[in-house]
Amino acid sequence: MSGFLSLHGIRKEFDGVVAVETFDLDVEPGEFVSFLGPSGCGKTTTLRMVAGFEQPTAGTIRLAGKDVTYAKANERNIGMVFQSYALFPNMTVADNIAFGLRVRKEEGSARSDRVSELLDLIHLPDKAKSYPNELSGGQQQRVALARALAIRPQLLLLDEPLSALDAKIRDDLRAEIRRIQRQLNITTIYVTHDQEEALALSDRVVVMSKGRMEQVGEPFEIYNNPATGFVASFVGQLNRLPVTVEDPALGRIRLGRYELRTTSMIEAPAGAGLSLMMRPEEITLDDAEENVLEGIVETVTFLGSIVRVQIAVEEGKLIADLFNERLLELPEAGDSTQISFPPHACWVMA
Amino acid sequence: MGGARRPPLARFGSWLGVLPFFLFSGMFLIAPAVILAYRSLEGPDGTLTLDNYRALTTNTVIAAYSMSIRISLTTAVIGGLIGFFLAWAVSMGGLPRPFRSGLTTFSGVASNFAGVPLAAAFIFTLGRVGVLTALFELIGVDLYGGGFTIYSYWGLSLVYLFFQIPLMVLVMLPALDGLKQDWREAAENLGATPGQYWRRVALPVLLPSILGTMILLFGNAFGAHATAYALTGGLLPLATLLIGQQISGDVLNNPGLGYAVAMGMVFIMGLSIVLYSILQRRSERWLG
Repeated sequence: MSGFLSLHGIRKEFDGVVAVETFDLDVEPGEFVSFLGPSGCGKTTTLRMVAGFEQPTAGTIRLAGKDVTYAKANERNIGMVFQSYALFPNMTVADNIAFGLRVRKEEGSARSDRVSELLDLIHLPDKAKSYPNELSGGQQQRVALARALAIRPQLLLLDEPLSALDAKIRDDLRAEIRRIQRQLNITTIYVTHDQEEALALSDRVVVMSKGRMEQVGEPFEIYNNPATGFVASFVGQLNRLPVTVEDPALGRIRLGRYELRTTSMIEAPAGAGLSLMMRPEEITLDDAEENVLEGIVETVTFLGSIVRVQIAVEEGKLIADLFNERLLELPEAGDSTQISFPPHACWVMA
Repeated sequence: MGGARRPPLARFGSWLGVLPFFLFSGMFLIAPAVILAYRSLEGPDGTLTLDNYRALTTNTVIAAYSMSIRISLTTAVIGGLIGFFLAWAVSMGGLPRPFRSGLTTFSGVASNFAGVPLAAAFIFTLGRVGVLTALFELIGVDLYGGGFTIYSYWGLSLVYLFFQIPLMVLVMLPALDGLKQDWREAAENLGATPGQYWRRVALPVLLPSILGTMILLFGNAFGAHATAYALTGGLLPLATLLIGQQISGDVLNNPGLGYAVAMGMVFIMGLSIVLYSILQRRSERWLG
C-alpha cells in the first residue's frame, strides 16, 4: 500500500447484499481517477466509503498514510461535490463557500480572503451575495466546487457533478474542473456513468460492474485494450460478431463464409466459438486485402463530425463511424457495400 | 413567437370549472364579511356610527382579546414545539416506519377533532370526576387538590393542544422530509458537527415553516368557539365567546359591538394569514 489514497480489500454489504466486492486501489498524489460504470455498479458506494458516509464491511482506507477507515466524515478533511449541488439555500454564495472555514473557526479576514480567491478561481466574483436559487445549474455546481475546495482538502471527491446539466454547460464545466484540478494539483476521485467524461478527464479510469473492478488503466488503454467484454462494450461503441477459431497461432477465424484474421492473441483452441470485436471507427466502406465482408446499408445517421452507418452482414449487424469530410460520399439505405477492417483493429473474446 | 391561443370555448370551460369555488366564496365568505363590516358600523337605532369601534377599547373587550391572544400564543408555541419534535422523531429520528403512518393517521383525525365532542371527551377524562382524574387519585395524585382544573386557562390550553399538536405534525412532516440528506452530508463533509448542521443549516431552512405553522396554530386557536364554550360555558373571557354574548346573549346584548369585535378578529386573522403566506413562500423556495 503506497498510494496517497489507498483502498485495500474494501467490501460493502447492505443487509447481506454485496454492493462492492474486494476493491483495491492506490491513488497517487495529484492524480485524477474516475470510477466509471452503470447505475448500481458500486461506484458511488465506494466514493461514499472514502468520504466517510458509509463504513466498509471489510478492508481498510488509508489517506496520506493514516488509517481513516472508521474516521468520521467531518474529521477526514475531504472535499466533496454532490450531483444535486447540495448548496445551503439559506446562505449566499459567499456564505456557502465560507461554511467549512466558519465551522473550523478560521479567522474572519482570512476567511473572506479565501472566499474571494475561490470566487475568482471559479470565475464568479460578482455572485458573492447571490443566493443559490438565483444561479444557473452550472453556476451552482461551480460554487459547490469552490465550497469543497475552500477547506483545502487533502482529497477531492466528485459524485456525478455534471449529470444534471445541459450538454454545452457540461462540456464547459468539465474543462473547468480539469483546469482547477491541475492548477491546485489536488488528488481527485470522480464518479460518473458517462464514459466520454471519464476518458476526457482522467489520468486513470476504474471501470466497475456489479460491485467489481473490471479494469483499471489510463483512458487510452481502457479504450483500446479492454480487459473484459464488459469494458469493451461499456466504454465506447463496439461491434460484436460470432466467429469460430480456425488457427489460433495465426489468428485465423471464420465468420460464415468469410475467413478473417486478427493480430491479437487467441486463447482458445481451433473450433471454439468466440465473439469478434471491433470499434466502429476502425471500419471502412471499401475493400482491402484482408478482412473484407459484404453487407447492405440499413441506416445512415448524420451526427455532425461523424456519420454513423448501420450495415447488415451475414452474421449480424455492424456499425461504422465515418469521419465527416467534405468529399465523403454518403451511402444510402439499401446500398450493397464492402466493409473492411485491419487485423490489428479487431480482437476476439469469449 | 407565442404559442397557439386556446379557443375561446376551451377558455370558457376552464372558468366554468372554478365557478363553484367563486360562488361558494362569494356566498359564504365575501358576502358575510361585507354584511359583518356593515353591521359593525350600525348603532342600536340602525344609524351608521363608529361607537362600536370606540367600544373596542373598553376593559371587557381588551380583556377578551388579551385572553384569546394569550391562549392562542400559548397553545401555538407549546403545540408547535411538541408537534415539531414529534414530527422530527418519526421523520428523522429513526423510529420504525409503522409508527409514522400510525401517527399521521391519528394526527389527521385529531387535528379535526374539536367542539362539543372534544370538550366532552376531556370532561369525561380530566373533569372533576373524570376517569384519569380518578386514576391519578388512586396513585395518590390529587389533580384538583393541586389547583388544576380543566375549566381554567391551562385546562382549555390542554384541550386546544389536543388538536394543535397533530396539526403541527401534519404540516411539519413534509417540511422535514424536504430537508435534503445531501445538505447534512455536505455540512458534515465540510467539518460540521451534527449540532452545527442543525444550528446553521437545518433550523434556518425550517424556520419559515415552523413559524408559519405556529401562526396557523395561532389562528386555529384564536377562532375556536365551540370547544371553549362547551368546556367553560363562558367562564373565560374569550373574544369568540364575547361575540356570542353580544349578538345572542340576554344580558350583554349589543350586536353592533359583537360585529365590531368580530371585525377585529377578522383583522388579526387576516394579518396571520398574510404572515403565514409570506413565510410559506420562503419555505417552499428552500424546501420545494
